Amino acid sequence: MNRRTLVHMLFPVTIGVVLVAIWQYLVVAFKVPAYIVPSPWATLKTLVSNWSVLGHATLFTLEITLLSLLVATVLGVIIAFIFVQNRMIETAFFPYVVLLQVTPIVAIAPLIIIWINNTVVALTICSTLVAIFPIISNMTLGLRSVSPGLSAYFKLQNASRLQLLLRLRVPSALPNFFAALRIASGLSLIGAVVAEFVAGTGGSNTGLAYQILQAGYQLNIPLMFAALVLISAIGIGLFALMTLLSKLVIGRWHETEQEHRQ
Amino acid sequence: MTQTMTPPLTRANVPAVEVLSAEKVYPNGTQALRPVDLTIQQGDFVSLLGPSGCGKSTLLKMIAGLTAPSDGKLLRWRQPIARAHKSLHKLAFVFQEATLMPWHSVRRNVRLPLELEGISTTEANKRVDEVLELVGLEGFANALPRELSGGMQMRVSIARGLVVQPDLLLMDEPFGALDEITRNRLDSDLLRLWKERGLSVVFVTHSIAESVFLSERVVVMAARPGRVVEEVCIEEPYPRTDEFRLSSRFAEYSMKLQQSLLSASQDSEVRA
Repeated sequence: MNRRTLVHMLFPVTIGVVLVAIWQYLVVAFKVPAYIVPSPWATLKTLVSNWSVLGHATLFTLEITLLSLLVATVLGVIIAFIFVQNRMIETAFFPYVVLLQVTPIVAIAPLIIIWINNTVVALTICSTLVAIFPIISNMTLGLRSVSPGLSAYFKLQNASRLQLLLRLRVPSALPNFFAALRIASGLSLIGAVVAEFVAGTGGSNTGLAYQILQAGYQLNIPLMFAALVLISAIGIGLFALMTLLSKLVIGRWHETEQEHRQ
Repeated sequence: MTQTMTPPLTRANVPAVEVLSAEKVYPNGTQALRPVDLTIQQGDFVSLLGPSGCGKSTLLKMIAGLTAPSDGKLLRWRQPIARAHKSLHKLAFVFQEATLMPWHSVRRNVRLPLELEGISTTEANKRVDEVLELVGLEGFANALPRELSGGMQMRVSIARGLVVQPDLLLMDEPFGALDEITRNRLDSDLLRLWKERGLSVVFVTHSIAESVFLSERVVVMAARPGRVVEEVCIEEPYPRTDEFRLSSRFAEYSMKLQQSLLSASQDSEVRA
């Protein structure tokens, strides 16, 4: 690890530590009751003491998030492939993709939950609907943004449609794909949480959103904070994972991945 | 009649390129290129020289089959362009930019046309090594394009053209973006490759000096409307060295071409 990477990690971490310390100090100094704002320390204690419930909920939310991210990625990429094969198909169907994007998930989630009995499937569908748009639009853009010179070269070599797709379009689209993945990973988490809020299911299949709802009813604010911290942790973890993936795959050749190396 | 029975398609008797009254008019009525007649024999080095907008790139793209003429015909080795890729003769095109795939190494970039043809990797690698040595890039096979200078990227692009063992090499201002020193060196290298490989070269340029140094024949073109003005033969024996650049003969040819370009552009102004 070189000095630059160290600085890149040290700065945000330092700021985080300082902010948490100020928060702790203010809560203690002004004797803010825990049912308004709990201290970081109280939040941490609640997190540990309720781990059996919260850990389970985290795994459930993570499961929905990852499932929907996977489905959104696979479906989104397939749809983008179909779109770039023919302008007519894209022209005909793209408005409906936009429709999907602008319809608030909160509005259609109840319908999906009524239609589909299986909670996991219903939540995954809701969350996929939120996450799929950036994949479709970025991937379509990426598959189309091929250097004109290279595509003329492929034409000169009488490359087949498949060769053009696999050897030129797909690699050209990788930077857009990873950008889409980063956005979609955050959206799939939001989708999972929102869908669960709407579903509000009890029983064993409950995630972090349900814990927040319950904690709200009971005015258990420290538990609410603990669940929030876990949701953020999932989000940050996913984002970091996608960034790492992007670096590993296209870091060697793509310009935007070079900035940190100079 | 007997000749049509057994046409011996040797290099000597089949012109590499025949342009027969080919012209290009865009749908909006702009005449990009007035009808052109041009024959390029196998082994010729011909430059298309002219200002921007004279249709030199359009003519080259028509020869390559990238653009269709709006009227007239083009033949490569006596075959209409559309069917010419099925012939045994090979064509290579070098663009103004290196147009390399940034995600692949130099080796994979040069190997691309062979992979598209389905040639085995072992055979392809052997040929890639050969051409990389030819363009002076041995030792850079595993480098990425972004790690190379502009001149070296152009060499990779030329290597990718040569690896298919072409009979005809079409070059669209290949060294236009390079500094003059690098350009002069690449010009000399190109002449060496042309002789060694028995290529036919059609070379588009807007540099008078470059066209004089390289070509056997310079096709002078003018803009508005795009047209061929005249053909000038550069009767200087090969190999041409840097001394040729400094000779009075070089200056005379340059002046002749300069005058030809100048009077053609005055013609355009009178017409306009």
